[in-house]
Amino acid sequence: MSTHTAAASASTLAHVRDDFPILSTTTTRGKRLVYLDSAATSQKPRAVIDALSRFYEEYNANIHRGVYEIAARATDAYESARAAVAGFIGADSREIVFTRNATEAINLVAYSWGRSSLRPGDVILLSELEHHSNLVPWQRVAAERGAQLRFIPVDEHGELLLSDLDSLLDGVRLVAITHVSNTLGVMVPVRQIAERAHAAGAVVLVDGAQGAPHLPVDVRALDVDFYAFSGHKMLAPTGIGALYGKRALLEEMPPFLSGGDMIRTVSYRQTTYNEVPWKFEAGTDSVGDAIAFGEAVAYLRRLGMENVRAHERALTAYALERLDELVPRGLTIYGPRDPDRISGVLSFNLGDVHAHDVASILDTDGVCIRAGHHCTMPLMDKMGWTATARASFYIYNDESDIDALVASLRKAADIFKL
Amino acid sequence: MDDFYRDYILDHYRNPRNVGHLDDPDAAAEDTNPLCGDSVRIELRVDGDRRVREIRFTGKGCAISQASTSMLTETVKGMTLDEIAALPKETVLENIGIGISPTRMKCAMLGLRVLKSAAIGRLADWPDET
Repeated sequence: MSTHTAAASASTLAHVRDDFPILSTTTTRGKRLVYLDSAATSQKPRAVIDALSRFYEEYNANIHRGVYEIAARATDAYESARAAVAGFIGADSREIVFTRNATEAINLVAYSWGRSSLRPGDVILLSELEHHSNLVPWQRVAAERGAQLRFIPVDEHGELLLSDLDSLLDGVRLVAITHVSNTLGVMVPVRQIAERAHAAGAVVLVDGAQGAPHLPVDVRALDVDFYAFSGHKMLAPTGIGALYGKRALLEEMPPFLSGGDMIRTVSYRQTTYNEVPWKFEAGTDSVGDAIAFGEAVAYLRRLGMENVRAHERALTAYALERLDELVPRGLTIYGPRDPDRISGVLSFNLGDVHAHDVASILDTDGVCIRAGHHCTMPLMDKMGWTATARASFYIYNDESDIDALVASLRKAADIFKL
Repeated sequence: MDDFYRDYILDHYRNPRNVGHLDDPDAAAEDTNPLCGDSVRIELRVDGDRRVREIRFTGKGCAISQASTSMLTETVKGMTLDEIAALPKETVLENIGIGISPTRMKCAMLGLRVLKSAAIGRLADWPDET
């Protein structure tokens, strides 16, 4: 990254923190909130919170049904949010299905596409980095369809070993892979993998839960078939996420959940289905949350995702430098330790102190980090880690948050006499 | 909570008591804390009055789960299995002697749950939920 970009990102994101009401609160111990767990969920800016309240205060109504004014307004806002989310990743509106979260988006593909397309003996290629949400659905569908799972291995830093990719792709019908590791922050070369997977005739799904919030994403440039992501990790409320699917694929897939709104005509014995994407949105949608999701991606676009990435890269570089001071006290940082290869996530352990004890001590200083297996138990087993502590960054973090993290880790080392 | 990790807790974490296994134990149980994957196994030898004569544990996890289990193994020597089955969570909290936040309560209670499970011969309820 050039100094020019660093300066640009610093100025663009300098006052972002003020947009997040929760970041000016204090803990019951009177400590400033130092929120370093955005890989679990992000905080929400005032604009998103306001969009949600405005919906309930001014035009709450069910969508796609009512003929009255506020119902029309709600429907417009919901479909505008779909257009905003589509535009954010370079897709068309008709290619965006609203779901509860990335997990539900992946399950949609597993149960709709997977159940109807996978045949006995087909191979699903995953990586050893996968979050449980991009592993367990495939285990279930594979068991049901008689398909097999295969895994792209990782090296000791958690980076994919791609030298044997072409032979790994033999017999593969689906590649389902994460964009960014939620445990190590490792960025996966999705475009390169998709190109080779397509050459081998496979369909490509990307778990973008940690990608879309942090990196510029253009699904056309990546040329992936499905891209799943959660709103709540990118400034939107919980309970809303999205699945991008290439239109031709979505068209040929059977419905996932069924019921109201996803139909065209229904008789007692038979149903014809709605067009995509509405075919996949059964029942009353999370309307207010979807509208707020639209506001969230508009907020991120105003900042510019290149600037978001530059900010997080600079923060990661600073964190790696500061955390190095604690290596003599027993700190071990996992992953590539290179800000150009990771996206805003650092996993570590402090001497023989269990990650939960580290997190508890940091909590007394208002420093919020995650501790545990991060829903990647197979990766933890492979690496031989019982648990790790994880700090993750987003647009509202700055160097003072890293300084607070380091000071609190020093205190933990003191308490445990390291 | 600045006094959360008192010296005796660190001592039990780093030098746990009654660690290991028994040959052919009369009762045993193990479990995992679903929150964080902490695990504990406890093995018991009892006499004719169903009193605990020997106790050993193995486990991995945080200081709270491992130290509380270590302390518990000292507390219950000589108790009958029925007495163990009726132990309240306060026994563990008194052993630890510090405030435990709700999010860490399962860590603190893992050892007691496993011990009670060994005493009654089936998986016991979480002590903090009963």
